Amino acid sequence: MPIRLGGRGARAVGEVSPRPFLGRISTDAARCGPTEIWLAQGGDLPAGFRAYLLTAAPLTPAVPRDSYVLAPEFAYLSDGDIIRIEPARGALHTLYRRSSRSNSLLVTERCNNDCVMCSQPPKARDDSWIVDDLMQAIPLMSPGTPEIGITGGEPTLLGPRLVELVQQLRDHLPGTAVHVLSNGRGFAHGDLARMLAGLRHPDLMIGIPLYADVPAHHDYVVQARGAFDETIRGILNLKRHGVRVELRFVIHAETYAGLPAFARFVVRNLLFVDHVALMGLELMGFARTNLDALWIDPLDYQCELQDAVETLDRAGLRVSIYNTPLCVLTPTLHRFARAAISDWKNMYFEECDGCALRVQCGGFFASSAVRRSRGIARVASGYLST
Amino acid sequence: MTGLHPRFHDRAAFAPRPDYRLLPFRFIRLDDRRYVMTNDVGEHVVVSREQLVALVKRELPVTTQLYRELTAKHLVFDDESRAALDLLAVKYRTRAAAIADLTGLHIFVVTLRCDHSCHYCQVSRQTEDKTAFDMTREHADKALALVFQSPNPAIKIEFQGGEPLLNFALIQHIVQEAERRNACHGRDLQFVIASNLTHLDDHVLAFARAHRVFFSTSLDGPEDLHNANRPLRGGNSHRAAVDGIQRIREALGHDAVAALMTTTPASLARIEDIIDEYVRLGFTSIFLRSLSPYGFAIRTRLVHSYDIADWIAFYQRGLRHILALNRRGVAMREELAAIILQKMFAPAGASYVDLQSPAGVAIGALVYNYDGKIYGSDEGRMLAEMGDDSFCLGSLDTGTFASVMTDDRLHDMLEASLPESAPMCSDCGFLPWCGADPAFHRATQRDAVGHKAFSAFCAKQMAVLRHLVTLLEDDPEARRVLMSWV
Repeated sequence: MPIRLGGRGARAVGEVSPRPFLGRISTDAARCGPTEIWLAQGGDLPAGFRAYLLTAAPLTPAVPRDSYVLAPEFAYLSDGDIIRIEPARGALHTLYRRSSRSNSLLVTERCNNDCVMCSQPPKARDDSWIVDDLMQAIPLMSPGTPEIGITGGEPTLLGPRLVELVQQLRDHLPGTAVHVLSNGRGFAHGDLARMLAGLRHPDLMIGIPLYADVPAHHDYVVQARGAFDETIRGILNLKRHGVRVELRFVIHAETYAGLPAFARFVVRNLLFVDHVALMGLELMGFARTNLDALWIDPLDYQCELQDAVETLDRAGLRVSIYNTPLCVLTPTLHRFARAAISDWKNMYFEECDGCALRVQCGGFFASSAVRRSRGIARVASGYLST
Repeated sequence: MTGLHPRFHDRAAFAPRPDYRLLPFRFIRLDDRRYVMTNDVGEHVVVSREQLVALVKRELPVTTQLYRELTAKHLVFDDESRAALDLLAVKYRTRAAAIADLTGLHIFVVTLRCDHSCHYCQVSRQTEDKTAFDMTREHADKALALVFQSPNPAIKIEFQGGEPLLNFALIQHIVQEAERRNACHGRDLQFVIASNLTHLDDHVLAFARAHRVFFSTSLDGPEDLHNANRPLRGGNSHRAAVDGIQRIREALGHDAVAALMTTTPASLARIEDIIDEYVRLGFTSIFLRSLSPYGFAIRTRLVHSYDIADWIAFYQRGLRHILALNRRGVAMREELAAIILQKMFAPAGASYVDLQSPAGVAIGALVYNYDGKIYGSDEGRMLAEMGDDSFCLGSLDTGTFASVMTDDRLHDMLEASLPESAPMCSDCGFLPWCGADPAFHRATQRDAVGHKAFSAFCAKQMAVLRHLVTLLEDDPEARRVLMSWV
């Protein structure tokens, strides 16, 4: 079930800090300190915590400084999670959930592309405080975290601070895979690719969208002239320095016809990339703004998708299909489908109840109800997936 | 179609600049309507004459599908987008990278003796009892020292003859000694015995099994054709080959044996029978080869007994039959087509040593002859048996890998073998899919470069390439099969 990561979820009780702050949820009275936030489960409030989250209004007004009543939709919070509280607005934002496999750190909302289907439309304002926060948050994360995503906006706009951030992850979470979503343009010039490679991070991948085999079409999709050249040069630079690269292709009405040519281009020019992800459209942000122009029922691009997957797979590339439920995918493509939707925005429809493929299926984005594929249907038991 | 929200720019705002520029390309007529354009890394586009003229006159509209294809395949670019140059450089390096690995194939001619008396034999075999035609153990050891001086991470040692199993004791010695040396070199080491299999026995099979030795044999087609081509005194060559193939598969696995065929005049009318024989015996690939102008094939004038046009017709019929088999669900691929398709569509090109630029002479393959001489190619030692020692690069008594690789004669030969600088090749549209065959031209024209207008090699390449491109363009079903061979 989708959950809410941010909102007015922390109503102040009594005196609060003037500025926003972040901390780690603790349910262990012994693990107190200036970075720990006590999550009350009834009983007394132990001393020595940065703040206190109460599940119900207190019976007495005598509470410690920075006590807040937690809204019910944040009841999922548990020990080890990291949150940011803005006392003035009564807002709470979940930065990290220890139990989740899909923790993503949004590092900036600025971007130098303006993709027609962007699910997280960019905002042109100084948000460099975000990195400061994350630098503080990373040491608080569990070393057992399997994967951390870095997303934006465009993370390379941080320049050397992106390298610092990855270094912080390497130093504090050496066993955690790091996946950066970037348009790659920032790696085209200068030293960023070399510096990032110089960290020798044990498990780093840069996911870079490429939408066509020719500049004109890619530049149109990302709404930036010259973007194709910079993205290509960025990919070449990263690989030259030994950083792993994943190509990402979002399929919609303006890109699907180019899938076969895109695949042939990749096989011929970029066979050294480490993974290719072909992705269904998330109906959020600009994708919703441009819904009529961009929507195509996945049933109607299965030929192009199959052609592209065959080309990439035959050339020995690792190929995955993301964000497409199995019921709308040609059976021969099932083995390429991965459940990749972040848990906090993942859902299933009524048809999914009792579906034979439910366990292996990635399901839907929470936003998918806006436009539904004609192909969504319960698959009867007894179906043998290829 | 519904447009984007007005805050976005439409497609026209990102159209390419009309003042495009041409990247280096070559072109050649495909048929009376069309031309094939290729760039230096082997990508191609088929265009009409009108389209080609418009493109070169800078009059091709940049909004056309053709312009998009030309851009994607890096035949044109404009000043606003120069990523094509970066990508072309990467692709060129990718194609050329294998050259730096130097010699991967090392052929040991362990004996020139043979029990067969094939009319087309290219190596002028000797009768079985003349041990003077055996390689000595001393030469074998010196050759092995040379093998491991090559920097190539993958080393294939191939035993040839004559009939190499007639000197099996030396093969055993070489395999064991190579494995001993490789213990510290750590190369990907492979062994192949090219044999007619008449001398295959349990002893040989047990050894091959213990040391992961593969086999390659001759199979010219059905029994009557095979035996007419490959007379075996007092025996049946076809039966020996078929029995041998079965025994190898039982002992070592299905793919432990490959077969090669040679086209004689008697084969010409029988291509379907030949292919069907390969299918019957469980092979999934066949290399349709023409006669080579060496050895007995020249001495008996057999090589002149059919025209290259006859061979081309034979090849086309064969390919048609193979494509029909595939459509019926029978997996079979033709190796010459597969090599060319690799050159057309695989980023690294094809590793086949006889179709390279520069030629694979010495840098692709080295041959250690029974008499201790070192040759730059298998054909080179065949020429030597005919009195032309121009491919000899020294002797195992004194030679090292360095002395072979720095031999002036080799460098002259490699330089001359670059089609990029050879007359009639340098501007040929098929150049990136072709290669040099200096031994062939030496044998037929007494010149390693040769005059391509009189070259059967060139005629054969042109015909096969035109045929393949035409199939790819005009026959979607054939295209699907051909692309699966890449």
